[in-house]
Amino acid sequence: MIERIIARMIRGVSRRAAILLAVLLAVLLAAPWMVGDYLLTVLIIILYFAYTGQAWNIMMGFAGQLSFGHALYLGLGGYVAAMLFTQFGIAPWLGLLAAIPIAAACGAVIGFLAFRFRVAGVYFAILTIAFAEFARIGFDNWNYVNASSGLFLPVKQYAHNDAWRLRGDPAMFYYVILAATVAVFVLCHFLLRSRVGYFWLAVREDEQAARAAGIDTFRYKMIAVMVSAAVTSFAGVFYAFFYNNLFPEQIFSITRSIEIILGPIIGGIGTLFGPILGAFVLTGLAETLNSAMTALGVELPGARQVFYGICLLIVVVALPDGVWPPLARRLGVGKVDK
Amino acid sequence: MPFDVYLNVAIGGVLTGLVYGLMALGLSVIFGVVRVVNFAHGEMMSIAMFATIVLCAALHLDPLILLVPIAAVLFVFGYGLQRGLINPFITRPEHTQFLLLVALAIIITNTLLIVFGPDARSVQTSYAYDSFQIGPIIIDAAKVYAGAAAIIFATALFAFFRFTLVGKAIRACADNHTGALVVGLDVKRLYALTFGLGAACVGAAGTMMVLLIDATPMLGPSYTLLAFVIVITGGLGSMPGALVGGVLIGTTEALAGLLFTPSIKSMFAFAILVLVLLFRPQGILGKRLA
Repeated sequence: MIERIIARMIRGVSRRAAILLAVLLAVLLAAPWMVGDYLLTVLIIILYFAYTGQAWNIMMGFAGQLSFGHALYLGLGGYVAAMLFTQFGIAPWLGLLAAIPIAAACGAVIGFLAFRFRVAGVYFAILTIAFAEFARIGFDNWNYVNASSGLFLPVKQYAHNDAWRLRGDPAMFYYVILAATVAVFVLCHFLLRSRVGYFWLAVREDEQAARAAGIDTFRYKMIAVMVSAAVTSFAGVFYAFFYNNLFPEQIFSITRSIEIILGPIIGGIGTLFGPILGAFVLTGLAETLNSAMTALGVELPGARQVFYGICLLIVVVALPDGVWPPLARRLGVGKVDK
Repeated sequence: MPFDVYLNVAIGGVLTGLVYGLMALGLSVIFGVVRVVNFAHGEMMSIAMFATIVLCAALHLDPLILLVPIAAVLFVFGYGLQRGLINPFITRPEHTQFLLLVALAIIITNTLLIVFGPDARSVQTSYAYDSFQIGPIIIDAAKVYAGAAAIIFATALFAFFRFTLVGKAIRACADNHTGALVVGLDVKRLYALTFGLGAACVGAAGTMMVLLIDATPMLGPSYTLLAFVIVITGGLGSMPGALVGGVLIGTTEALAGLLFTPSIKSMFAFAILVLVLLFRPQGILGKRLA
């Protein structure tokens, strides 16, 4: 049974790619013993972006539906789990069982409204922003969730790591998000090679042709939105428990949505490895600039972001397909699933 | 609350909405012709706002006088931007254009932050506290001037597109890109011109906006979003639609701020957007989608 699953998993993956992946995973698994707390936190942020980027990529990279409002699913996930935890003491993993259907249902509502009324492309993207902004302002004025003063999770010194309640030291959070990133990577790998995945690609490439070929495009676009929303909601839960606070202004903000999107676009949209690479490149860049500014003694607010923006500009001008496709060709890891 | 309070607030909302409309008109013109979504639109407005504030303080000029020069500066900025940076991107997928303009927006916002700091700034005008009174209605003079300037600027733009040869050529590019190339139009230059005109609109709107709100470097994203909401509500590609959408959103926000709390007002703008997208996706004045 397990052999068959593993056999399916590595089918269509070149030997070289498999070895590279195994090395990367081994390095990541060993990381907490090799790096300090600061770098570990950076790695957590990188993996968080790799995870959310992968989740967003399901919708845009696979099914071609551009979403600018993924902060909505992030916020819903975070708020549902955090409320259940603070009000009723329900552990986040159980809270996730509530967060996932709620996020997926919201995705379904947006998808249903948009796809039924033929709202597509840029219009669809703006609609997703509108819903996220709607939620942001709504939560900002909703007293049950503490409105704009935000939710705080109790921070106690825990003698031991409690993975069930997601209370513990950075190393525990690191392994949780690493496991989630690996899981979503494997999920996407399977999805891309499944019937649904092929239908998605057909919809992405040419929706009319897909419909002409008998694909129920409405249904498969709905599945893409719901899966993407559900997967993203876990990132929200993680965010809430890692940072121990939630503010509507932050979790639902358009900045969150944009952060999620940048990684996969920089890495290479529609590829499995693009979101991971994009997360490493962007977070690495941001942190390097941070350290460089500190080292140079530059205390100019905004200077770091200006350089960040310039780097983004250079990448998008120089590598319109993202970093991964050309890199994959060079590394010789075979077919890039674009 | 007496009726005239509502009327006062509604008229204030209409005037503010005209300035919103002019800003959104810039976005609409750019998208309608070049087919690029300008995600740095609000940031370009911030540039105009800070330019106005600096020149007001340095030269003691009124924002109303600065309107044309600042619109001209933004025109050059937009022209250069399209020519130098955006043009190769017009045939690339939307998400790539998005990334390019988001990068630009990040650069603009943070450059403004470095130069001007995070504090809110405003201008002092001689008529800041003046108002007009017609019967029970009292309207801020600044809002009246801003609204009137927005109408004049928009009318001039309509006239340009309607009556000049260049304006007609730009409309031809929007209608049929290949056709425009076939008849020998310099599409690249016309696109740059269009981007410049869109930037000029947002520049003029920014100059007027300093009469209505304080400027901070962080204004950008929310005004980009507002411009989208207005353009889609009014109808993408429809120039009067942008003004109508602006007035509708401006009035709704003003009344929502009065009836509920001001912090909740943009929720109504988004609610209108959702309703329009669902029941009239082409927008209030937009042409039927094919």
